[in-house]
Amino acid sequence: MTPEKRAPEQSANGNKNRIGLTVADYRGAKSTLCPGCGHDAITGSIIQAAFEAGIEPHRVAKLSGIGCSSKTPAYFLSRSHGFNAVHGRMPSIATGVSVANRSLTLLGVSGDGDTASIGLGQFLHLVRRNVPLLYIVENNGVYGLTKGQFSATADVGSKAKSGRVNELMPIDVCALAIELGCGFVARSFSGDPKQLRPILKAALSHRGTAVVDVISPCVTFNNHEGSTKSYLNVKEHDAPLHDIFFIPRYENIEVDYAPGESREVTLHDGSRITLKKLGEDYDPGDALRALETIHHGRQEDKFVTGLLYVDPDKEPFEQDLKLVETPLASLPLEKVRPPKEVLDEVMSGLMTGKA
Amino acid sequence: MKASNNDFSIHVATVNGSGSQTANTTLMRAVFQMGVPVSGKNLFPSNIAGLPTWFTIRVSERGYLARTRRNDVLVAMNPETSVEDIASMGPGSILLLNEGVPAPKIPGDRVVYKVPFNKLVEPLVPDAKLRKLVVNMIYVGVVSHLLGIDFEEVDHALTAQLGRKPKALDMNRAAVKLGAEYATEHLKPAPFRVERRNKTADKVLIEGNQAGALGALFGGVTFLSWYPITPSSSLAESLQGYLERYRRDPKTGEATFAVVQAEDEIAAIGMVLGASWTGARAMTTTSGPGLSLMTEFTGFAYYAEIPAVIWDIQRVGPSTGLPTRTSQADLLSTAFMSHGDTKHIILLPATVEDCYTFGMRAFDLAERFQTPVFVLSDLDIGMNTWMSDPFQYPDKPWDRGKILTAEDLAKTAKFERYRDLDGDGIPYRTLPGTDHPLAGYFTRGSGHDEQALYTENPDTYKRVMDRLAAKYETARVAVPPPVIDRTKGAEIGILGFGSSHWAILEARDRLAADGLTTSYLLLKALPFTKEVKSFLESMKVIYVVEQNRDAQMKALLTMEYPELATKLRSILHYDGLPIDAQSIVDQVQEREREGVLSR
Repeated sequence: MTPEKRAPEQSANGNKNRIGLTVADYRGAKSTLCPGCGHDAITGSIIQAAFEAGIEPHRVAKLSGIGCSSKTPAYFLSRSHGFNAVHGRMPSIATGVSVANRSLTLLGVSGDGDTASIGLGQFLHLVRRNVPLLYIVENNGVYGLTKGQFSATADVGSKAKSGRVNELMPIDVCALAIELGCGFVARSFSGDPKQLRPILKAALSHRGTAVVDVISPCVTFNNHEGSTKSYLNVKEHDAPLHDIFFIPRYENIEVDYAPGESREVTLHDGSRITLKKLGEDYDPGDALRALETIHHGRQEDKFVTGLLYVDPDKEPFEQDLKLVETPLASLPLEKVRPPKEVLDEVMSGLMTGKA
Repeated sequence: MKASNNDFSIHVATVNGSGSQTANTTLMRAVFQMGVPVSGKNLFPSNIAGLPTWFTIRVSERGYLARTRRNDVLVAMNPETSVEDIASMGPGSILLLNEGVPAPKIPGDRVVYKVPFNKLVEPLVPDAKLRKLVVNMIYVGVVSHLLGIDFEEVDHALTAQLGRKPKALDMNRAAVKLGAEYATEHLKPAPFRVERRNKTADKVLIEGNQAGALGALFGGVTFLSWYPITPSSSLAESLQGYLERYRRDPKTGEATFAVVQAEDEIAAIGMVLGASWTGARAMTTTSGPGLSLMTEFTGFAYYAEIPAVIWDIQRVGPSTGLPTRTSQADLLSTAFMSHGDTKHIILLPATVEDCYTFGMRAFDLAERFQTPVFVLSDLDIGMNTWMSDPFQYPDKPWDRGKILTAEDLAKTAKFERYRDLDGDGIPYRTLPGTDHPLAGYFTRGSGHDEQALYTENPDTYKRVMDRLAAKYETARVAVPPPVIDRTKGAEIGILGFGSSHWAILEARDRLAADGLTTSYLLLKALPFTKEVKSFLESMKVIYVVEQNRDAQMKALLTMEYPELATKLRSILHYDGLPIDAQSIVDQVQEREREGVLSR
């Protein structure tokens, strides 16, 4: 059975997933974004991916910064705790949340302004620490809430609605993430849920920071002729590296492709990503190749999408900190207040001056 | 006032990075072990090595631990500053000069000792680099001989510090001996000395930052994120040391804590908020510029109601200011930190013991009130050495505030994150990961209603802001009250806080000796408790003592009690050096004279 013919993980219980929840249990409040916004399509993919993966909503912390994209966590997984932080600072919040409770699944949504401008520093340090978190960048190259200014991911030559043309080099969040050793880097398009959903599911299974940059056209401020991130232009220039399929750890499906036709990546939790070759054979385990591919794509005005880079074995932050298994947040007093003998020992040292 | 036995201060002028710390600590500890109260103040530059640095050891039988402007013994090791150092010494003082340092003409009423430190050290230490470090230990020998500091105690103090490095210990011992022998042979005893007493038994010597770290340790801290900045780094590093030692399983290596060195102070406070929101006991430490960077997140935490403990070890601002000098000038900006209407709970430690207890209490208050709690210490308390009674083990469990568990939620029909159910302004919260369909809510810094849903509704906004104000009112009865010392019949009050406390204690004694009795209120926290108002009401005049230019505490009192504002007078000190008693005495006496004239 090939994965694309396989029914989602809801088969046994009709419209329920493996933990007995319906897709409605993964929805959130009604979106207040513009009709047709790419972000809403991503929200739909997140809901579907979380539902299909059978994630327990109460184990999820949704995080975001400020901007149109950062509003979206209110529109999915309403049973989860959500944290809409200040502009550009979601990574530091995520770091604190993750360290305080290592058993949570963190799902962060940010935008190109939130990540590549005001939040670039925190984004890079998050990646550097490898904080376990799915970090989605809803990337439209424009500031929506403040009405149409260029963001730092605007492509050279892209025209704003005002007629101004961007001459500055765009910041590529995927290339930066790869450079800093991020263990899961993908790019996708809000209009391609078939590609985006398996990427999201795989990213949720990855143990470490997973950066997913999703080109998400702004229908109001960046969908005109001359904009490189309009629906039309992205569709025309979308260059997928491969077809992606995700097989969760709890399913035992064998995928049959002719030899050399596909690649498989096994994630730390035992789930698998199958990449079916489209053009040339792309190895997502090669960081230099990934950077080269991104650069060539830009030169050729192409949006290279797919799983750009993956390293499932990179050590996540909580391992670096050597945290106890019990979440720090649930440790009882007796575990965190040393006994009186310790204070006595310290005090007697301070009386005698013993180092 | 003249120096006398057990009442004088030793001023040591050396070069930063020359290892004088061990020497000075040895002298200080030896005096302490002789039963005489001491305090040590380090006056250091913002520099790693090469610039001048001074260390003052105050010996005070009466237990005065504040800085004193009067230095009685000078150890002039640094040729760069010796001319000024010598000129600053008054009649009757003792000058111990490194032979060859430039010196002005010294009046005959000073006792001068010249010691060829460099010549003495040469045969002892062949390595020139090492020599620079060991030479300081020679003055320990000389000073100890001159001032009658017991050599057995000197040796104890030295062994306590270097006991784990036998080679270094031997060499330093030899240097002390060399100094002592030289002094015995060539120098006559000094006119004042240290005499054994029994006033330090069971006392400890500790820096405030170390005390704060101990408080956090016993308060059950689980998360610390910080960015290195003087003078707060030693709090974070000291805490990290204690955590590594006492909170990591020696067998498995697993830690019940996390320390993250953040990329900047914005990230440091962000991580604290993320961790606190999730249920960790989280704190950060910072100073001046770092505090400014935390401003936006502070407003967020206030409005979204997230606990956070923020230690600010105040240094001189604005901007980079004087990074290694002390001040109390962050008060006003911290009290209302953030854009929009905010007011914060602030703890004001005056002693190292306060640093310890507030290290615990700040967490309880932050979690009880679901809001940032600041501990405004300063460089003088934080980085100088203070004598104290040993700290008491906490007799109460922690207070984690109003947290609803899945079991609690099972007994209720609905959960509203920001509903005031108890009439105290404090709502209930749930932690992420709580396994109940009602548990989730959406935290945001934008306008929200009782259910944490987005709204721009004018009535709702106002209602939420009024509740936050009500919560602040509740805090008035929860924060530590002031300590009040009333003198019968005194109409003059002194109000102080933080490190000014020690200079005020001494100043009150001196004023009383000159015939002016005072009552004293030592403020320990914001918001003001009812005791503050009744103290102000009961006094004719209140001198508000503070270490800043703009009379920031007086401004806060004036805002709160405009009807009492005419009674308030400012005693200010803001040159970056710790406030001393004489400065207070002089200003009070001058203002009193003016007051009498105008009455």
